Amino acid sequence: MSSDPKIEGYKFKPGYSGMAADTASDQTMFKGVHWGKAMMWIFLLSDTFIFSCFLISYMKGRASTPVEWPNPSEVFALNAFGVPVPLLLIAIMTFVLITSSGTMALAVKYGYERNKKMCGWLIVATALGGLTFVGMQVFEWSKLIHEGVRPWENPFGAAQFGSFFFMITGFHGTHVSIGVIFLFIYAYKTFAGHYDEGKRGWFTTMKGDYVEIEILGLYWHFVDLVWVFIFAFFYLW
Amino acid sequence: MDEIKKEQTTTHKIGIYLWIWGLLFVLSFFSYMVDWYQFQGLLRWSLILFFMFLKAGLIMAFFMHLYWERYALVNVLLWPMTAIACFVGLMVAEGKYTLFSRLFYFFVGGGQ
Repeated sequence: MSSDPKIEGYKFKPGYSGMAADTASDQTMFKGVHWGKAMMWIFLLSDTFIFSCFLISYMKGRASTPVEWPNPSEVFALNAFGVPVPLLLIAIMTFVLITSSGTMALAVKYGYERNKKMCGWLIVATALGGLTFVGMQVFEWSKLIHEGVRPWENPFGAAQFGSFFFMITGFHGTHVSIGVIFLFIYAYKTFAGHYDEGKRGWFTTMKGDYVEIEILGLYWHFVDLVWVFIFAFFYLW
Repeated sequence: MDEIKKEQTTTHKIGIYLWIWGLLFVLSFFSYMVDWYQFQGLLRWSLILFFMFLKAGLIMAFFMHLYWERYALVNVLLWPMTAIACFVGLMVAEGKYTLFSRLFYFFVGGGQ
């Protein structure tokens, strides 16, 4: 990667001097990056702001209530062989999501190597991991709802707990669900050979290319990334 | 020739992904252990934050390829996130002040 294929004679410089040159070049700023990838990153940055709003309001709410906050390792405990294991389901969900993130990373790699079969099957594996995650979240929600947790009250402590829980995990679960739908669509497109032939997608003049798998991968890794923060701040804290 | 060069820049050895994958598993296991052994206080918070930032950094750097991107993109992404981290810190301090003033007015009656 020494020169931008789009701009003749533009030499890439490394590091911060390269950043200054790219930004001040009076041309495209993100050189050597597919426009779809740059747009996905900017979307993810704005999504970061939304999730940060939720996490900040959660921390503010939790820090400022004089009522005792429910102990998450007891609330989210699960009985395994008659013994309550703290955060068992959450730990399994974390491992499932990391596994699906790993398969996605490998799908991107095999996509760039034009290995259609491996890429497609790894995307399917990622989608199945996502489905498992959403399924376990549904189980967790119904369990808590049966125990009387509502957005306005719960039997464990501070009333704000329920509203933050449903809002944050619900918004994250929505992201996972949308991701799973797109994973299945992209798995179909991969197997059908749209990225090998350069077939156009819907509502776009962009020709199909394996860079789309990387763009989808960015979204999926972001979902995993958000879960890292939710796991730390909501479940462990 | 150009095609081959282009391929080399976009694909990485499988070993990197497997290593990061394994590391994420180990780090998640450790952060679960923080709860398992019921560490409390400063030790708990610092361990949770340490594992969290390590995991987030690994995912962004290698799974999301930021390590290989140009600084123009990396800096556009990381500085707003740094600003958010400062915002979080400010709001935690604010929350503690809110709690203090609530308790103060509820129980002391504002010092009258």
